[in-house]
Amino acid sequence: MTVKPVNQKAWLLVLPVLLIVALNAIIPLMTVVNYSLQDTFSPGVFFYEGTKWYQDVLSSPRFHGALGRQFLFTGIILLIEIPLGVAVALAMPRKGPWVSVCLVLMALPLLIPWNVVGAMWNIFALPDIGLLGYGLNWLGFDYNYTQQPFAAWFTVVLMDVWHWTSLVVLLAYAGLSSIPDAYYQAAKIDGASAFAVFRYIQLPKMKRVLIIALLLRFMDSFMIYTEPFVLTGGGPGNSTTFLSIDLVKAAIGEFNLGIAAAMSILYFLMTLLVCWVFYTAMMRGDES
Amino acid sequence: MAQIKLDQLAHSYYPHPEKQQDYALKAMDYLWDDGRAYALLGPSGCGKTTLLNIISGLLKPSQGRILFDGEDMTMRTPEERNIAQVFQFPVIYDTMTVAQNLEFPLVNRGVDRAEINKRVTEMLETLELSSKANLRAQGLTADEKQKISLGRGLVRYDVNAILFDEPLTVIDPHMKWQLRTKLKELHQRFGHTMIYVTHDQTEALTFADKVVVMYEGQVVQIGTPEELFERPDHTFVGYFIGSPGMNILPCELRGYYAVVDGHPVVLGADYRQISGARTELGIRPEFVRFVGASEQGLPVTIDTVDDVGRHRIAKVRLGRYPLNVIVPEGQEIAATDHRVAFDSNKIGIYVNDHRLQPERFRKGAGAPA
Repeated sequence: MTVKPVNQKAWLLVLPVLLIVALNAIIPLMTVVNYSLQDTFSPGVFFYEGTKWYQDVLSSPRFHGALGRQFLFTGIILLIEIPLGVAVALAMPRKGPWVSVCLVLMALPLLIPWNVVGAMWNIFALPDIGLLGYGLNWLGFDYNYTQQPFAAWFTVVLMDVWHWTSLVVLLAYAGLSSIPDAYYQAAKIDGASAFAVFRYIQLPKMKRVLIIALLLRFMDSFMIYTEPFVLTGGGPGNSTTFLSIDLVKAAIGEFNLGIAAAMSILYFLMTLLVCWVFYTAMMRGDES
Repeated sequence: MAQIKLDQLAHSYYPHPEKQQDYALKAMDYLWDDGRAYALLGPSGCGKTTLLNIISGLLKPSQGRILFDGEDMTMRTPEERNIAQVFQFPVIYDTMTVAQNLEFPLVNRGVDRAEINKRVTEMLETLELSSKANLRAQGLTADEKQKISLGRGLVRYDVNAILFDEPLTVIDPHMKWQLRTKLKELHQRFGHTMIYVTHDQTEALTFADKVVVMYEGQVVQIGTPEELFERPDHTFVGYFIGSPGMNILPCELRGYYAVVDGHPVVLGADYRQISGARTELGIRPEFVRFVGASEQGLPVTIDTVDDVGRHRIAKVRLGRYPLNVIVPEGQEIAATDHRVAFDSNKIGIYVNDHRLQPERFRKGAGAPA
C-alpha cells in the first residue's frame, strides 16, 4: 500500500471560513472568557481573579431570580405557542385562494422589527389610552401592566405569543403540506377517527419541523431582550427582568464587566446545554 | 365480497363539463363479478385511477351510480363501502409497530381484542412478517411496507373488494414477482373481488382473470389475457398489449382481401365494403413470418434487426408502412429478396379503431387474382 502524501494546501481552502468564524465567534467569546476571569480598574490594567466572578454570580439571589423568571417565561410561551401553532396550522386551508391569504397574515407579525413590537404593545396595553388596557379595565378587570407584576407578565406573554406563534404555524403547516394524500385516504379506508389521523399521521410527520420550532422558540425566548425591554423595561420592580435584561444592567448600567462576562458564559452554556438535551432526546426516538 | 355494478358512471374534474374531452371518465356500464381479479390497464392519464377512486369512494362521480350487490353505494364513504385500498406508495403508520399497523383498522372498528390478536398473528404469518411483528414499521424495506399496506386490507375478512393502485411501482424488480405471486395466492385463498390498476401489461396479464383496458377515459375492452392478445377489439389494445405491439396498417377492403399500399393481403374471412371511414389491418408481429423463395409473400425492405434474447425483432417496411416481424430463434433471414406472409386467421380489420366483424369466415386461403 502506498502512502498518499498529505496535501497541506487544503488548509488554505479552510482559511477563509476559519477567519470568519474567528472574527464573529471565537474572538468575541474568548474576550468574554478573559473578562470573566479578570478584574479591571482602568483600561489595560487587569488582575487575574480565577473563578471568583462565577462563584459570585452562582451564589447571587439576583441571578437566581432572573434565571427562574427566564425559565418560567420560556416554559409558559413554549406551552402556549407550540400547541397553538399546531392547532392553527391544522385549521388552515390546504388548497385554494385562502392559502396565500392565511400565509401572509401569519407572516405579518414576523416581519415587524422587535423593538417596534415592544413599542406597539407598550401603547396597545396602556390602561388609559391603549385599546387592550382600556378594554380590559372597561370590562371590569383591574389591569395596569406598569404597576402590577401579574399584569406585566400577562402582557409580555401575550405579546410573545402574538409575535412568535406564527413561526410555529408556518413550520407546522410546511410539515402538514408534505403529507401525501394517500395517507389521508388510507386512514379513511382504515376507518381512523380525526384524532387517530392527527396522532398517527400528522403528528409523526410534523415531528421534525416541530423539533426545529421548539429549538428556535426555546433559544429565541431564552435570549429575549428587546420586546420586554421596550414594553416594561424589566419592571415593575424586577418582575419582568429576564436574563438578558439583567445582563445588560450588570454590564452597561453598573459596569460590572467581570460579573457580566461570567453571566454571559453561564448563559451561553445553559442555552447550548438545553438545546443539546432537547435535540438528543427528540432524535433518539427516530433511531430505534 | 361483492359484485360491482357501474351504472352510467362518468366523471369530470370540471364543475360544469360540456365537451366529451372534459370527462376524465366517459359514461360506462359494466358489471364486475364477485370474487374475480380484474386489472385496469392503460397509459397514464387514461382514467384508471379515477375509476378506482370512484369505486373505493374517495371520489364522488359527476354522474351515474355504483352498486355493490345491487345496493347503491354512490354517496357512501369508503368506510361504509367496506373496501380496502393499497396505494402506489406504501402507506404505513410510522410510529406503530408492524403488528400495530395491521391491527389499526380492526381497532378502529371496535373488534374485540382476542379476535384482533388471532387475525393479526395469522396475517403476519401469511405475509411472512412474523419475525418483525414488534419492530417499528418505519425501518422496513419498501416491499415489506407495501405488504403491511396490503395486510391492513386483508385483516378485515369481510371487505367487499380490495383495490390496488399501481402497488408495485416502488418495489424492486425481483421483489415485484414475489409480491405478485403472493397477491395471487391471497386472492385464491380469500376469494376477494380484486381490482388492480397498472400501466404494466405483464403485471395485468399475470395477475388478473380479466383485464380491463382503458384508453382516454373509456373502457376499450374487457377480456382474458388470451382474448386481448388474440382478438383486440380496439387498435389501442393491439398496440398496447404485446411487445412489440400489433402492427396497424392502413388498408382498403376488397371482400376477402385487403390492399396495403398497393399490396394485396389475403384475409381469413370476408368483410363488407366500407367507405368513408378509416380502415386498418392489424396483425401481431408474432403472426408475421419471412417466407422462402418458393412461397408467395409481400415484398419488404429491412430497416433493422434487434436481438432481444429469445427472438429477434425485424423492423421492416411494407410499401410506405413500417412493420415489426418476430423472427424465432434459429431461423435465418435471407440476404436478399425479403418477403413476408401474414397468418390470415390472425388478421383483424379495424374501422375507426374498432374491430370489424367479418360477414362470414372462410376455410383455406388462396392468392388473390
